[in-house]
Amino acid sequence: MSENVYIIGAGIHPFGRTDGRSGREQGVYAVREALGDAGLDWPDIECAYGGSAAAGNADIMVNELGLTSLPFTNVANGCATGGSALAASQQAIASGMYDLALAVGFDKHPRGAFNAKPSDYGLPEWYGQTGMMLTTQFFALKIQRYMQLHGISRTTLGRVAEKAFRNGTITPHAWRRSPVDLETIMNAPMINDPLTKYMFCSPAEGAVALILASEKKMKELGADGVKIRSVAVKTRPPNSFEVFQAGVSIEEGGKPTVLASKAAFEKAGVGPEDIGVAQLQDTESGAEIMHMAENGFCKDGDQEEWLANGWTEIGGGKLPVNTDGGCLACGEPVGASGLRQVYENVQQLRQRGGERQVTGQNGKGPRFGYSHVYGAPGLSAVAILERE
Amino acid sequence: MGLKIDPDLWIDGAQPQLMGGKLPSGEIVFPMPVGDAAEGVEPYKLSRRGKLWSWTSQGFLPKEPYEGPGSGPGEGPPDFQPFLLGYVELPGEVIVESRIVDARLEDLHLGMDLEFCIVPFNATHDTFAFRPVAQQESQAA
Repeated sequence: MSENVYIIGAGIHPFGRTDGRSGREQGVYAVREALGDAGLDWPDIECAYGGSAAAGNADIMVNELGLTSLPFTNVANGCATGGSALAASQQAIASGMYDLALAVGFDKHPRGAFNAKPSDYGLPEWYGQTGMMLTTQFFALKIQRYMQLHGISRTTLGRVAEKAFRNGTITPHAWRRSPVDLETIMNAPMINDPLTKYMFCSPAEGAVALILASEKKMKELGADGVKIRSVAVKTRPPNSFEVFQAGVSIEEGGKPTVLASKAAFEKAGVGPEDIGVAQLQDTESGAEIMHMAENGFCKDGDQEEWLANGWTEIGGGKLPVNTDGGCLACGEPVGASGLRQVYENVQQLRQRGGERQVTGQNGKGPRFGYSHVYGAPGLSAVAILERE
Repeated sequence: MGLKIDPDLWIDGAQPQLMGGKLPSGEIVFPMPVGDAAEGVEPYKLSRRGKLWSWTSQGFLPKEPYEGPGSGPGEGPPDFQPFLLGYVELPGEVIVESRIVDARLEDLHLGMDLEFCIVPFNATHDTFAFRPVAQQESQAA
């Protein structure tokens, strides 16, 4: 029987562009915010897990935070860096070895699309040389086929982006804080058909830190904790269709998101109908649409009706999705992005969402929060939190 | 004809063919694996005909390691030539990612017939692509 694990502190460095502050410094800022939130000091933390994709190692943060000799493990798991750091720190406490752990993610990327080296992904050079190794193409190719098979319109893609920017206007940590109307989104320059400029998130900067505690420690501190009901990280199964694939199997395979979602729901002992707020990977508009179905919240094709009726809006009736504007409004600092989703759910479950607070059924905020991150080369991490 | 972007990517001839691999299980993969991963994999000549599985357009200049127009010394985004790409299902074999040529974005649709071809890529190299099969030929096929 493993120990219950709670998130008792959450800190964020605003996402976007912060000239003059390195990615790691933003990480340190987020850690201090999280410590302050939990009412703890750095020497209280017993172990730490964290990382970035492009802003250096996390363990160097001890220079600024204090040389307390704690074990600090660097996590380098691409888009799942935050999810993996959360899973590792959760396991450290669930095992009974530690009572207080830190999960931290930060990043600082140059402007423009991510560029990837074929050799880093075990791919031949020609794949990159001929211009086929772009993450944006993969997302366009995946949603293009999905739209044809399941009757999703271009307008629905636009509505996802419109909602993201609208939620960004009421989110202090968001990058894009001005609304963008549907017409502007639809008529913006095409990046990869059917996705226009406003339908893609941008690489950015930012940091998130979470402090995890055992139940015993939380009670001892009298801290305001949110329970981690489950965390699941899954890499791709056979025959799946993922980013950076020159060849795809003709057999239709499974999806890492479906696997991670099922595992997380099973472990938590709850179902999609129990979730009151969800943060779903929205690298672009189409990803949010497909991930609604892959995570079990609706059937393939139903998103057309959901978006037309505003059912994923805050106060929209069914399931508020990406209440802080998601990656579209916050940008995507790879190492921090997955933890931002968890941070947002912690805020929502503690009823600290301010203008973007989800009311929930009894007016006490949502009981269950769901977060999902997806990234190269085909992996997903899901976390389900509960307000007890 | 320029140099091949990769010497082993396709076999030349009047009817060039893209090279895949046949795994011991019988599954066809693309591209042909290299190094230790190639052990037990037989080189396999892929079908020249396929059906469009998905598609998109590339409207901006990709970063390195892209070597097409716009990427050379002194070149930039104004020199970039937008292109189409997609996945082509080769029936019973594998779905391959490829450039799509001789077509307009608005002509593309799921399941349309495409055929393999070799096209100039930049000043020095050729690459592979798929293009729509002429309509009469498509109906006869």
